[in-house]
Amino acid sequence: MAVRTDTGSRDAAAEPALGLLTLFWVILARDLRVGLRRWTDASNSALFFILVVTLFPLALSPKAEQLRMIAPGVLWIAALLATLLSLQLLFRSDLEDGTLEQLLTLPYPLGWMLLAKTLAHWIITGMPVVLMAPILAITYHLPATALAVLTLSLLLGTPTLSLLGSIGAALTAGLRGAGVLLVFIVAPLMLPVLILGARATDLALGGEDPTGPLYLLGALLVLALSLAPIVAAGAIRVSAD
Amino acid sequence: MLAGASLTLWRGTTCLFEALSFSLPVGSALLIEGPNGAGKTTLLRVIAGLTQPESGSVTWQGSDFRQQLQSGRLRLTFSGHSPGLKPELTTRENLRFFAQLAGQPARVSEVLDATGLGACADLDVRLLSAGQKRRAALARVLLSAADLWLLDEPQTNLDTAGRRFVEQALAAHLADGGTAVVAAHQSLDFGSAPVTRLALGN
Repeated sequence: MAVRTDTGSRDAAAEPALGLLTLFWVILARDLRVGLRRWTDASNSALFFILVVTLFPLALSPKAEQLRMIAPGVLWIAALLATLLSLQLLFRSDLEDGTLEQLLTLPYPLGWMLLAKTLAHWIITGMPVVLMAPILAITYHLPATALAVLTLSLLLGTPTLSLLGSIGAALTAGLRGAGVLLVFIVAPLMLPVLILGARATDLALGGEDPTGPLYLLGALLVLALSLAPIVAAGAIRVSAD
Repeated sequence: MLAGASLTLWRGTTCLFEALSFSLPVGSALLIEGPNGAGKTTLLRVIAGLTQPESGSVTWQGSDFRQQLQSGRLRLTFSGHSPGLKPELTTRENLRFFAQLAGQPARVSEVLDATGLGACADLDVRLLSAGQKRRAALARVLLSAADLWLLDEPQTNLDTAGRRFVEQALAAHLADGGTAVVAAHQSLDFGSAPVTRLALGN
């Protein structure tokens, strides 16, 4: 067996091998691949979302008027619960199989790598919810404008939920049976998103202008994008210790 | 030069090591020895920056370890108890990921063959035996292009040929100007490279 350990790149070791964008893509692509291979886990939150949304008309009344009235709240609460359900899986397996140790010893910014992982997690668990919401909302007799605003508000809001959730998932990754604790940590942080999302849809339903809450949802997304990965990076160092 | 200065770490009420210092010139190896539970893995994690010591510091070429790591002046690879491989991905996919991060994706097939994993390169890692997983973790070390290797029990689960291969790889790495810290309970043959021994647990 011939052994060769190096390619002479040691002298040029001052520069990391990958640019930040390539790094982002490499991590995103790997996590998407893992997520798709583990599709039973991935489909859990989408199935849960469908279940909650279809149960309400059965338990309440099937009258169009009443359904239309509760639709924004029901759909947004279901989306929030589906996100909470999926969060435990975000960093748990990475901690257990040693992937996290590998990421922590790389010469790349940890927050950036966690952002790529969180985006992959949103694509697998959050995006199906956003795509299914307008279809399910039709059964609630929502008019077309409200459908569009609902989808847009979920598109802006669910990534924020995933980013906020990444903080809690990073804090509790090393704990056994941390499911409920995780929910209690992140749910209060998620309330503004829930309020604004449901409010935007509600305004559109009443024929009013929903741009105010939508802008605020966008602002929250930008804030979460820039701060959540940094906080999560600090938390994951503690969890991996 | 890798150096640790007055490292102290407690786990609960047990002191794993106190005021521990070592220095390791480039091209040499540090062998951490000791019985089970003596803190070999923990010391290795402290050196890797994964665990914070109560007091003391680790430096590389005279300046702070984490700074050197984040600026890219130090490349290290850590191989712990967990192989760091995704069970759902094939061996080749797993290794290609780490090779990409180290900037040498072209070497994956070569290293797969060298570590004797050529035949199971396209099997999911969850189907590999413990020894094959250990070999895959070793392949990741070889693909890392790192100056500093931190290996925790690298010969566990390996057959005779595999154990010889670990020693050859380490000797080649050291001869090449690399540095290695190895935690092990049995002795390793590093060839002609200078070895510092550090016994924990007494």
